Amino acid sequence: MSKKTHLDESSNLFAQEEAMLNDIRCRLKDYSAERRDLIPILQMIQEKYAYIAPITIQMVSDHLNIGACEVYSVASFYNQFKFNPPGKHPVKVCMGTACHVKGGDIILENFERKLEIKEGKTTPDREFSIERVACVGCCALAPVVVIGETVHGNMAPSKVEGLILGFQIEKEKQARLKEKQARLKEKRDADENGN
Amino acid sequence: MSKIIVDEQYLEIIEGTNLLQACLENNIYIPNLCYLKERKEKNASCRLCFVEIEGMPKPVTSCTLDVEDGMVVRTDTPAVRRLQRTAFQLLMSVHEVDCAHCPANKKCELQKIARFLKLGLKPKGLDHSLRELETDHDHPFLEYFPHRCVLCGKCIYVCKKRNGRPYLTFAGRGLDTQISFFGDKDPLKLPCAECLACTLICPVAAIIAKTDT
Repeated sequence: MSKKTHLDESSNLFAQEEAMLNDIRCRLKDYSAERRDLIPILQMIQEKYAYIAPITIQMVSDHLNIGACEVYSVASFYNQFKFNPPGKHPVKVCMGTACHVKGGDIILENFERKLEIKEGKTTPDREFSIERVACVGCCALAPVVVIGETVHGNMAPSKVEGLILGFQIEKEKQARLKEKQARLKEKRDADENGN
Repeated sequence: MSKIIVDEQYLEIIEGTNLLQACLENNIYIPNLCYLKERKEKNASCRLCFVEIEGMPKPVTSCTLDVEDGMVVRTDTPAVRRLQRTAFQLLMSVHEVDCAHCPANKKCELQKIARFLKLGLKPKGLDHSLRELETDHDHPFLEYFPHRCVLCGKCIYVCKKRNGRPYLTFAGRGLDTQISFFGDKDPLKLPCAECLACTLICPVAAIIAKTDT
């Protein structure tokens, strides 16, 4: 990937974050500044953005006039609140009884090793995140992994690398296609200008 | 004044005094970690201050009771000791026993309780396993050692009392619970440099000033 697109991506992320903060700031006005609104606010942020960033915790604590660490204390108590942005391809490893018996933990470990992140975290490029879930409802296919919306049944440790590689190849393909289109467009523009 | 009997000693105590407090003031030691005299709502989380009281079917935590006239209290029955030993061993099963390198050595509450209950510091019959935790070490003034912490919560109470709102708190849940300093780490906005109340109250040196490390 060229340096330019990388820069584009990081400035894009920055703009996204800025938009998120502004949006949350507006939404906070709908809530009273009382402590009882803490969990509803956290749920609103979680629902809208799928994670609660440290900077938004600060914002919530300012709104309710309580310590930031008090907000964090409540948020970290509940499993429904996440502190990492979800990856583009969220990997959900099933830990239900059947998958557990069939070695779901080994699959999880494999994903953790291959992606070099722990369960509950997101890769630095925000491509993948790993999550452990209880039963996804197709125990006959155990052990099961759900990536995005796709269910991968009968998983094996050896299949993990292939799955990840598949997404990476797909991404590179998309990037090449985009570059090609951009080049074509440039060429067309140049032709038009020439005429 | 109300008259009570604790371990066959007759005591005269002002009615309404906390039972644990009354015993400690009269030189009757009852193991405790989370008790704080000024805290209104007692945590009763360390499960060490059990006593048996005549008329009550089971041992009770003395920190949550007030003295009543005619109470007959025993602090050393087999049932009490069993509960205390179990609670203590469970605490020690996740405690990093490295006293030689610990600043609390020799003034540590855990050492005192172990001696009192005639127990070793390493629990027998229980697995010893240190929790896998992610702990931030970026606080400018304080250092936290999760494997020493007994989660008594005294630090949170004193911090809130001193500074109006706590600058440290419990984070996580269950076995993953630990103390967190989450929040603005700007040294100029933190009262910690002058306060250090949490380091003074900690019974096991789980929070210490960075200058002491």
